[in-house]
Formats: sequence, C-alpha cells, structure tokens
Amino acid sequence: MNLKRILNQLNIPAQCKKYGLSLWQCPQFLFLVMGCIILGSSLATYAIGLRYIEEPEMVALIVLSVTAILFIIAVIITNSFERLAEANRMKSEFVGIVSHQLRSPLSNLRWALELLMSGRVNSISEKQIEYFKILKENSDRMRELIKDLLIVSRIEMTKLPLKKIEFSLEELTEELIKEFEFFAKSSNVEIKFEAQKDLPKAFADTSQIRLVIENLLDNAIRYTREKGFCQIKIEKREKNIYFEIRDNGVGIPKEEQKYIFQKFFRSENVLKYQTQGSGLGLYISKAIIEKSGGKIGFKSQEGIGSTFWFTLPIK
Amino acid sequence: MDLKAKKALGRLFGLLYLLNKNMKTILFIEDESALQKTFGEILKQEGYEMISALDGEIGLRLAKTKKPDLILLDLILPKIHGFEVLKKLKEDKETKDIPVIVLTNLEKIEDVDKVLELGATTYLVKAQYSLEEVVEKIKNALGS
Repeated sequence: MNLKRILNQLNIPAQCKKYGLSLWQCPQFLFLVMGCIILGSSLATYAIGLRYIEEPEMVALIVLSVTAILFIIAVIITNSFERLAEANRMKSEFVGIVSHQLRSPLSNLRWALELLMSGRVNSISEKQIEYFKILKENSDRMRELIKDLLIVSRIEMTKLPLKKIEFSLEELTEELIKEFEFFAKSSNVEIKFEAQKDLPKAFADTSQIRLVIENLLDNAIRYTREKGFCQIKIEKREKNIYFEIRDNGVGIPKEEQKYIFQKFFRSENVLKYQTQGSGLGLYISKAIIEKSGGKIGFKSQEGIGSTFWFTLPIK
Repeated sequence: MDLKAKKALGRLFGLLYLLNKNMKTILFIEDESALQKTFGEILKQEGYEMISALDGEIGLRLAKTKKPDLILLDLILPKIHGFEVLKKLKEDKETKDIPVIVLTNLEKIEDVDKVLELGATTYLVKAQYSLEEVVEKIKNALGS
C-alpha cells in the first residue's frame, strides 16, 4: 500500500494532471528538472575546480556548497509553485462545489414557481403573472450562469467529458438557428445560412459543439446595433470543417482583442449595449474547440462587426 | 334512508374503492421537503397517490411494504446513498420489477452509466427539466 503511494507520487504526468497544469508549470516536474541542473552544475564545478584549484579538500568544499545553495533555491521555487498550483486547484474545486450546491435550491425554486404559474394551486391574476414572469426569467438567468460556471470548473479540473461521434454540423446549425429565430427577430437581426454541398461529417462531441454555436450565435445577435444581420457559412477546408459567423454588430476594440477568450472578460464597449452576460461563453467555446482538436479565432473592427470562426476535424 | 338510496350509496362506495385501487402510487425518495411538497401537489392533481420518504432507509422499507407502481429516486440521500438504494431494490425479488426514475443533480457520465447499469428506467438531471417535463416522463414510465 505504501509502496503504491510512493510509486504514485513518482508518476509525474499523473501528478501534473491532478493540478490540470502543463508539464512546465507543474511543481513535481520542475523539481526533477532542478535536480538534473544541480547534478550538472556539481559536476561542472568539480571539473572547473580540478583545473584551477590545487587542494582537493577545497574543491570538495566548493562543490558541496554550490550544490547546497542550488538545492535550497530549488526547494524554495518548487514549494512556492506547488502552493500556487494547489491554490488554483482549490479555486476550481470551490467554484465546482458552490455551483453544484446552488443547483438544488434553484431547482426547488424553479419547480415551485412553475407549479404556482401553472395555476394548479390557485388561480392567478394578470398582475401576478407579470411578477411571476420576472421571477422565472431571473431564475433562468441564474441557471444559465451556474451551468457555465460548472463547465468552467470542469474545464479547469480537466474533467470535461467528450463523447466524440460523427455528426452533421450543418444540421446542428440549422436546428440552432431555428431555436434562435425568436430572439433574432425580437432583436431585429436577420440570420443567413449557407453550407457547401456534400459536406463531410464532423467528428466531435455534439452537445459541446452545440454550446459553442449557441454562444457564438447569441453573441452575434445580442451585440448588434438597431438593425443587424448575421451570416453563417460552413465549408470544407483541407482535412477540417470550417464554420464562420459574421455580424455587423458593435465589434471589439483593438486593444481589448487579446483578452477576448479570457474567462470573465467583457469588453468595455458592449457594456453600453448589454449589461447581462458572464464573460464565460467564449472561454468555454475555446476550451471545447481546442479539446476537440480544432482551432478557433476571430477578426473584428469596432463599429463594423466581428467574424468568429472555428474548425473541427473530420474522422 | 330508503333502500334505493342505500343501494346507490353502496355502489358509489364500490366505485370509489375500485378507483382507489386503480390509482397508481408513486414512492418519492428525496430529502428535500420543498420538492416533496411540489411533487405531492402536482402528482395528486394528475391523479396519482404519492408516498414520501425523506431518506434511503425509509425509502427501501416503504418500497417493500407499499409496493408502489413507480419509484422516483434522488441519489444524494441521508442514511443510505441512492446508488445503494437502487442496488438493493433491484436485488430484491419483491421490488425488482418496479420501474425507477432517478431524479438528481449529479451529471457525470460515470454516474449516469452506473445508474442505468444498475437497472434504472430513466435518468433525469433536475437542472435540465421543467416540472411538466418530469411529470410527462413519470406518465410515460407508468404507461398512461
């Protein structure tokens, strides 16, 4: 049992995975690297010492002290790295636990509200319905936010499950456009869609890709000024399927473009149009597309519009 | 009261008894009393009888004694965990044929697979369904 634990500690890639970090940020791996550096420099000091210093005792002393200093530095560095990594892991875990715990009371609220609104308990007046609707809209918003937070914590803990299958990106997009029809109409945005003929199937997790397209569509419609359009295009490009969505919305200011895929980031200029939004959609989308083996990017000009695109592999 | 009225009354009671016998019972094993109340109300209106169990232990006992037509089961329960309840229900000859709908907020694929493997009929994540949709699933599972 003990031996197993020791072996487990020595399994560096597994330890790094626990923190959800890349190898070069992982304390265990860094400690190993530092070990090698210490060995190398001890040997180097020894070789140099032999050449320039007469007494062998002096050489030994110098080698020992250099090694000791390097060792202390290594311990300090990896310790602080480990603390950082642990804090980061705990933060993701905390977000996961809190959002999970928020779901139960929220379900209770939502369902009790639904029962009241259905008029099964007592008949309700016109005036009350207005307020019930406010309650419902806000509990839906809370549910969406919690859903996003849970996905984020799963991405960070590298626990986002992907069930990859072959599916038609074209059909999925059509389905989602229908779902967004009402929202688009009420925002005065026209959605156009064109897909290349005889497209091959994409290979990814449909429910996750659905989230990505939902996010992109929602952004394209939400951040328009007065009358807008949103053009979606799907085509085959080399060994990938290419999806593009173009809008004539508010666009992203140049100096803010580098932050756009960061979590919780919301551009200054969109806050004038829309105060709602968690700033998680694009962060989640990027993580999903990259985990699916694709790429994601955008072009944007403030006041003219944005074009977001992603690619997905074909099997 | 004359004889005719008595006979009519007798028939009425007979009919009520028959109706009651046909009324399907649903056992709801869930520790959130708010949900117990909401579901109790809506299921009563849909014409079902609902029995509440606030923990896994009571749930298992009621499943044996009351023989419900359907069991709604939460997974995170006091005393006996939902997985264990489901396992025991399916091991017991007397209860193994009762359909079980798992109603929970756990949504890991491993949990879903485990529950379905243990023999649950349906797996519903609370956050993803409206009350009406859940009632619809219950009706389907009861075949009515």
